[in-house]
Amino acid sequence: MTTGRRIVFDPSLVLSGPYRDLLVAGLLLSLELAAITLVFALPLAIGVALLRVAPLRPLRWLGAAYVETIRNVPLLAHMLFWYFGAPELLPEPLKRRLYEGNIEAISAVIALTLYTAAYMAEDIRSGLRAIAPVQLEAGRSLGLGYLATVRLVLLPQALRITVPPLISQTLNLWKNTSIATVIGVGELMYQAAQVESASFRSFEPFAFATLSYLSVSLLITGLAAWYQQRYPVRQF
Amino acid sequence: MRDLIDTYWVYFLVGQYPKGPLGGLALTLLLSALALLLALPLGLALGLARLSPWRALRWPVSALVFTVRATPLLMVVFWAYFGLPALTGYKSSQFGTMLVALVVFDGAYLAEIVRAGVQGLGRGQMEAARALGLSHLQALRHVILPQALRHMLPSLVNQFVSTIKETSLGYIIGLSEVSFIATQINTQVFTKPAQVYLWLGVSYFLLCFGLSRLAYWMQGRGERRPATASPA
Amino acid sequence: MIRFERVSKWYGSDPALVEIDETIAQGEVVVICGPSGSGKSTLLRTVNRLEPIQAGRIEIDGRDIHAPGTNVNELRSRIGFVFQQFNLFPHLTALQNCTLAPVQLGRLSRSQAIEQARALLERVGLAHKADAYPAELSGGQQQRVAIARALAQQPPLMLFDEPTSALDPEMVGEVLAVIRGLAKDGMTLICVTHEMGFAREVADRVLFMDAGRILERAPPAEFFQRPQHPRAQQFLVDIRLPLP
Repeated sequence: MTTGRRIVFDPSLVLSGPYRDLLVAGLLLSLELAAITLVFALPLAIGVALLRVAPLRPLRWLGAAYVETIRNVPLLAHMLFWYFGAPELLPEPLKRRLYEGNIEAISAVIALTLYTAAYMAEDIRSGLRAIAPVQLEAGRSLGLGYLATVRLVLLPQALRITVPPLISQTLNLWKNTSIATVIGVGELMYQAAQVESASFRSFEPFAFATLSYLSVSLLITGLAAWYQQRYPVRQF
Repeated sequence: MRDLIDTYWVYFLVGQYPKGPLGGLALTLLLSALALLLALPLGLALGLARLSPWRALRWPVSALVFTVRATPLLMVVFWAYFGLPALTGYKSSQFGTMLVALVVFDGAYLAEIVRAGVQGLGRGQMEAARALGLSHLQALRHVILPQALRHMLPSLVNQFVSTIKETSLGYIIGLSEVSFIATQINTQVFTKPAQVYLWLGVSYFLLCFGLSRLAYWMQGRGERRPATASPA
Repeated sequence: MIRFERVSKWYGSDPALVEIDETIAQGEVVVICGPSGSGKSTLLRTVNRLEPIQAGRIEIDGRDIHAPGTNVNELRSRIGFVFQQFNLFPHLTALQNCTLAPVQLGRLSRSQAIEQARALLERVGLAHKADAYPAELSGGQQQRVAIARALAQQPPLMLFDEPTSALDPEMVGEVLAVIRGLAKDGMTLICVTHEMGFAREVADRVLFMDAGRILERAPPAEFFQRPQHPRAQQFLVDIRLPLP
């Protein structure tokens, strides 16, 4: 650690060469983690949201239990559980395959997916509740079953309202990928720390990482603003 | 599981205290409470600055708040960890580092809560106060903030829950908060990782769920109070 | 007492006030009326600088209120303003609403302020509600407290911005009675209102505004009987209740 040494900013350290490659690889992995998580989290979130508004009480309770359990535990603890704890519960051959493969990334994606889905489910649930209940009645009176009505009438409307909060959750997801570093996933934060310990310069790699996080955050926020401009919520 | 808890519950709860520094769940709580307490005045100042009529104040503060909110907390922790010694000239403790990172991070989030709380009051209150001849600061002190802070209470409790979860990042810089202690226990026991981390999860759950229920109850009480003066 | 000289205001490219010229004498009771969007509230709010102006001059007692170095808070503390939406402070009792400003501005000691507040609440007929919170008061009662609060500053000038528009009809009378009382006591009042009966009874002059201009100014008897300007005539037709 460079205690007491004067800080001289040297961007060339990270703009070319092996350090840059490490950082860029980390950035790409972060983006990958976020993207893969999003693909799995969204359907899961819709499922949980539907559970929470289901007509049967045990289903509603199940959905609520999922959301409350996941949200009240920090993401870091989730990651530790899925990386250190869960694999031990698996049968031996499966466990061995996992350890040979990319267990770090898999644990991270599982933790991120469950965590993000819990938050998204709440936003989708709010969106569903914002649709007047008469819409459900209208669908049913046309002869559509409950699930079909939800699928064809409620969800499309709910999703439009829900897109801005969902984009906000995507922003959180993007920031949360940084936590994967604790279980050894080589994403951006991990690589920045690696470069720091290899080069004894902390400012440049962390500045790179910070700017990367900020840029993608800006992009996501810009997307939200564009969406709200293009598809304003139509109230009736 | 039972014998696991029997053996390690004190360590889990308070770390090595009193034979060493405070750790475990007690440290998690202490750090969260202290961080939120210190972040409040910062959040208040930043939030009010964001509402200030002077552009020279509003813009830089808004940019700062936005930047902090767009950055992962872990990034802020690393900046504090590597930057503080460089700035102050001597190595700060893990607790100190984490505290600074949390205060800055939570301050930015509280700024938004404050801003929303004040704007939720509507323009009428400020106008009425100014029309009486009170200065901007007097209006804030006697009219706006007493009302806004009361409305913000449930959000503040929720922020406390978030802060408790945020302390888990101290793990990465070796702070003996409860997640770190759990990993220490796991290293010692070695054969029961699922149980150890399940126990960790349950502890967080009980703490955070309890507090968020409190916030929910407070919000319910706030709504059941009679409506404010101005008609819709 | 108040003089407007070529006062103009615009929002972007939309004119809100156009070349307003007017003088209001001490002790006068002036009612401003007109269709919505005519700028009447805006004009009222320029007097205590709740609204800025882009051109022209406003003088109170001979002093330009926009002169550099003018203490805005001092100015406002000498003008009473009553809002359409009352804007009472919900976390304070009626009494506290009335004592806040005099005490904080150093005008009165706490005990003097309380004494004055009780007297004012008595005057508006709400002495028995001194310790009630706004949420416990009806709309009419809240507005009367708001008037007491404005009077607590002992202002020589009172401005009313549609004081009864937000009230249920049965409470309009009690508020107008208070304002009528103030007018009788010789206070300078400017009132933006739709209550034409009140205007007819109490006003010394009526100003009719439309699209940011003052189109007609006349004593109430003349204005209501023989309006000159076509838009004023149209307005009076529009607001006249259908005959039974």
